[in-house]
Order: sequence, then structure tokens, then C-alpha cells
Amino acid sequence: MRKSVIFGAVAAAGMMAGVASAGTLDDVRAKGFVQCGVSTGVAGFAFTDANGEWDGFDVTMCRAVAAAVFGDPKAIKFTPTTGKTRFTALASGEIDVLFRNTTWTYSRDVDLKFTFLGVNYYDGQGFMVPSGLGVSSATELDGATVCIQTGTTTELNLADFFRANNMSYEPVPIETNAEAQAKYLAGACDVYTTDASGLAATRSTFEKPGDHVLLPEIISKEPLGPLVRHGDDEWGDVVRWTLNALIIAEEKGITAGNVDDMAASAGKDPEINRLMGTEGEYGAMLGLSKDFAVAAIKTGGNYGEIFEKHIGVNTPIGLARGLNALWTEGGILYAPPWR
Amino acid sequence: MSSDTSISYVASGQIPPSPPPAATTGVMGWMRENLFDGWMNSVLTIVSIAAIVLIVPPIIDWAFLRGVWNAGSLSECREIVAAAHGEGVRGACWAVINERFNQFLFGFYPTHLYWRPILAFVLMFVALAPVLFTQVPRFMLWFSLIYPVVAFLLIWGGMGLEPVESAKLGGFMLALIIGTTGIVASLPIGILLALGRQSSMFFIKTICVIFIEFIRGVPLITLLFVASVLLNYFLPPGTEFDLILRVCIMVTLFSSAYMAEVIRGGLAALPQGQYEAADALGLNYWKSTRLIIMPQALKVSIPGIVNSFIGLFKDTTLVSVIGLLDPVGLLNPIRADSNWNGILWELYLFVALFFFIFCFGMSRYSMYLERKLKTDR
Repeated sequence: MRKSVIFGAVAAAGMMAGVASAGTLDDVRAKGFVQCGVSTGVAGFAFTDANGEWDGFDVTMCRAVAAAVFGDPKAIKFTPTTGKTRFTALASGEIDVLFRNTTWTYSRDVDLKFTFLGVNYYDGQGFMVPSGLGVSSATELDGATVCIQTGTTTELNLADFFRANNMSYEPVPIETNAEAQAKYLAGACDVYTTDASGLAATRSTFEKPGDHVLLPEIISKEPLGPLVRHGDDEWGDVVRWTLNALIIAEEKGITAGNVDDMAASAGKDPEINRLMGTEGEYGAMLGLSKDFAVAAIKTGGNYGEIFEKHIGVNTPIGLARGLNALWTEGGILYAPPWR
Repeated sequence: MSSDTSISYVASGQIPPSPPPAATTGVMGWMRENLFDGWMNSVLTIVSIAAIVLIVPPIIDWAFLRGVWNAGSLSECREIVAAAHGEGVRGACWAVINERFNQFLFGFYPTHLYWRPILAFVLMFVALAPVLFTQVPRFMLWFSLIYPVVAFLLIWGGMGLEPVESAKLGGFMLALIIGTTGIVASLPIGILLALGRQSSMFFIKTICVIFIEFIRGVPLITLLFVASVLLNYFLPPGTEFDLILRVCIMVTLFSSAYMAEVIRGGLAALPQGQYEAADALGLNYWKSTRLIIMPQALKVSIPGIVNSFIGLFKDTTLVSVIGLLDPVGLLNPIRADSNWNGILWELYLFVALFFFIFCFGMSRYSMYLERKLKTDR
């Protein structure tokens, strides 16, 4: 009780300090790089390559933000954060933006005082079972032992789902995906539940992926996206419109390969011209250079290119676009107009 | 009297000893005495041998005979093993260690500056030698004293060397930095705390007791969270207070509290007569402590001290929880690379081997020291 009071007071003091400080965009400009919080490792989303460089779906998008501000995707430093340290790292100002498979929820937005800037991956919680179990629907899982990561929204969703369906389950609490993989393969639990993207990635690493099935039920909405501190709208707009630029670029067929041509001179499509900075003064409204979206797109291509490179069907992770396809192609990816 | 000497009642020479029964000599005898001494031990022996035969050959097969050292990804490893040994056979994929070896050693330290941490590592042994072994010339102790500054400059740069930021440090280098700092700094602080706790001065004694009891009452992981999370709130925004430095301080405080209690145990083991004898010689407090009390108390507490050191060194892996990329923390980003996702045993075994080498080394040294300081027989 006393502990929570102290923590609360400290957190409140931190919030006020955060609000009182100058805008993050100015701070970022002054120090010359973006400090980006990423995960300590989620397959395809954030990982280190053999040279020790961070790479992945989330990481590339964060680099695009750096490119938008500085014109250089390398003007960035990464802070690996765990599920436990991510929010304090952001609230205390240690990082400028958090790009870490974080689900946009009411309480995180309102109570923890963060601003979510859009969704870069629509996920949902699913179940994986060995096909030998003979289960074809999550509603047949009464009495199952379930491997579940603690401290995440998935834990709460699982409890809700089983209660709503009048079923019981026995949780096997685990800390990391690696542990879950090992436990699940060793048969310590019948079911492994986490975000469907994570399940697909996990299954792809098994020696015999065919022996395991993903059940059709998706029991929750997990919109994952970048977030910044409350009360920092200018900086938030930079991140939000960098993400939107990548999505619009896919919509308009602008790729890493042809972005330079498109930006060279004004073309027929006025929205492309506005995005490329060949028409209007859209960069200046944000306090950025005219062609900031060009630099962002050059980092790793448009949304679709980044997706295919790191998590798409041709990667070992092998995720289909699904909900994350453009709204014109049956998905729900929809960026507001650039005007 | 007959002079016939052909019959004698006394043996003219010693009868040669007959060999002991076959069952008590040689391999048989040794086995009887040590392995099959009663039915209980016989059963245990047979069970143990069966366990070894069942467990060891498969491990050797897996790790060495079927291990793959050169491959670009886990699936490539599996293909190589399947091609060489048939479908469904499993072999170790050491290729991941091969590819990420430098990352395991140095984290993300710039490649062209690797010589600096290596030099710091070699110099560490030079600095430790005069402390650990009395045969080494005493003037070397001066180097030991300035070594922390040298190591700091080598690793972080400065004074003409290209600076390297803390975020680039990781791997075994980070474990060694935190471990050695904690070990080296906690011993003197621990000694002072132990003396302070025994002091007759109320104020000093109270401070020491409060410090020791507070730190010992809190888990290390809590202190690490305070270092990584809570301090950010207290410090004014924009303060650059290095995370690794914060962690080193917390680890040192934590281990010095334990060290103080270990040494207090050594102090308590000394008979009151030793204190009185020192007083009778007319030595003042510091002289009697330095010349009479501490040498004996420390000797008694060697096993406990080394025990704390080893525990501390292994506890450095806890920093992975706050997002520092020590060897255990590095496993996550490596496994998240889609080339290596799904690999588990090889990585953990490699990290375990590293910790075993260092901890075993410390343990052997403490045994050497105990033998050397043995004066009671």
C-alpha cells in the first residue's frame, strides 16, 4: 500500500516533469538523433543482425521517422526495452518514441498518458495446438493447460474468453516467447496462446510445422502501433504522418525504387505531388523539410515493402497481409488523405 | 644330541608373503571396496552406470559428432544434419555461435576498436596478479590502483581515444564489467561496513546496521529496477547518468552489504583474546585491525567471500531484465533474427560454459588461497 503511494507520487512527478519540458521535436533536433524504444527481440519485428545492427519491421519504421526529421535513417539510437520497462522508459523521457509491438488500449492511452499515433500492425490473439490433440475450435479447449505470457494483454483476454464460454483452463505462466516455445514443444502445455503473428513466427521455427495447427478463433483485437507521451502533439504528428506517408506510398505505388523519379518533378496525381513535396508546403507545416516523406520512404520502401521484407509470406515468418492489406485490397489499412 | 640339522623346528627364512585374495586387490578389489560395498551401493552403482551410458553418448553425438559449425541459418543447419545423418536426426547448430561470436564477446562495440576491450581484459589480469599472488613484485600494486581509470578510458574512450557510448556495450564484456566492478569495490566497502557494525560509536553503528539490513532486505532485481526506471524520474529531464554506471553502483551496494555480513562472521569467530592481546601490545584501533584482527578474520571468511563473489558474478545476468544486453539479454535479439529463430540449447549452453569457466576459476583460487594460508598444522 505505502509502496504504491510512493510509486504513484513519483510517477506523477515524472509526468509533470515531462509536461514541463520543451517539445520533443526540439529536443530531438538539438541532440541530433531519435532515441527509439524497441523490443529486446520479437522475430521479424525487432532483432539484431550479424553486424549488431538493429533491423526488423518496427525498427525500419522507426528509422523512417529519423529519416523524416534528419533526412538520414542512421540518425537514430535504439534502446531495447522489455515488457516491464517500456512504459517508464517512455514516460521518463529516456526514449522519444516507443515502437514495440504495443497494443493500443484505453487505459494505456488515457491512464498511462500516452498518445498512440496509429496502427502499424493489426494483430489478434490466437491459439496453437498440436494437431494430434484433435481440436478444431477454441471452444473445445475446456480444461486445457495453456502457456501464457505474464504481464500482457493476452493474459487478460484469455481469462475473458474462457469465462465467457464457461470453460476452465490451467495457466502455465511463462516470461518469454523462447520459454513458451520450449515448454510447448516439451508438452508442458496443450495450447500456446499469444498474438497470431507471434504464433505463426513460432510455428515457422519448428522442425515439423505441419504437426501444429492455428485454431480459427481470434479472440481479441490487438492493434499494435507507435506511441509518444501525452501533450507532445508536434512530435506526435511527425511520427503519425511518417507512418501515414508509408501507407499512402503503398496506395499510390511509390516504392523505394521509384521514389526518386516521382520526387524529381510534379506528376499528374496531386496527392503524390503533395506527398513528394513537389506541390504545396506540407513539410513546413510540420516544421520539417519539404521532402521529408521522400526520405522516409527511401529508408525501407513503402509499408508493403517493409512488410514483405521482414514478415511477409516469403520470409520464414510467413505472415499473409490479411487485415493489414490496404483498404482497397480487402484489409483495413487506411491512412487519412495528405492534403 | 643329534646333530642332524636337516630337521628344523624354526623357519630358516621368512616365508614369502602370499598374494592377497584376488577379490581384494587390483581393479576387482578397488571396485569391491568403492563401488559394490554392500547391496545398497551396488544398486546405486549399477543405476548410475546405466544413467551415464544412456545420457552421455547421445549428448556427445548431438553436440560433437553431428554438430554443425558453418551454416547461415537454423534451417540450413537442419538440412546439413539431415543430409549427413538421415531425416529426423538432430544435431547441434553451433553455427549461430560461430556467426555471433563477436557479438557475444563485445555486444555492439565498434569492430575496429575491439583491441581496446581486449587490452583492458589482458591488463585486468596484470592488475589482479599482485593482489592475488604474493610472489608478484609489490610495486605492481600501483598499477592495480590506477587500473580502474585505465580500463574506463579504454572501454568508454576519452583523453584522445574515440568515445564509445554505453548502448554499444554488451555480451560477456558487460558481464565482466559489472561483475569485476562489484567484486573489487564490494570487498573494501564490506570490510568497512563490518567494522562499522561492530563499532562502539553509536552513530556509525546505526548507519551501518540500517544500510546492511535495508539492502539485504531488498531483492537485487528491485534495486536494478530502481536504477533503470525510478532514478529517471528523480533526476531532472535530460540528465545523462549512464545506465551501466547506475547498475554498477547498485550491484556494488548490494554485494557489499552481503560482504559485510560474511566478514562480520569472520570477526565473530576470533577469540576475544586476540582483541585483548592487540590492546595489550599498545596498538591503536587501525593498527590492531590491520595487523591482527583482519588478517585472521579474512582468512576464516575466505570461503564465504568467494561464495558471495561467485553469486554476484552470476547475478549479473539479471540485468537482462532491464533491457541491458548481457550474454543472456543478447539471446533474445539473436533469436528474433529469422535465421536463428527457434534455436535454444546451443545458445544457453554456450553462455553456461562461459560462466562456468569464470566461477570455477574463482573457486579453485579460493582453495589455493586456503591451503596457502593454513597455519594451524
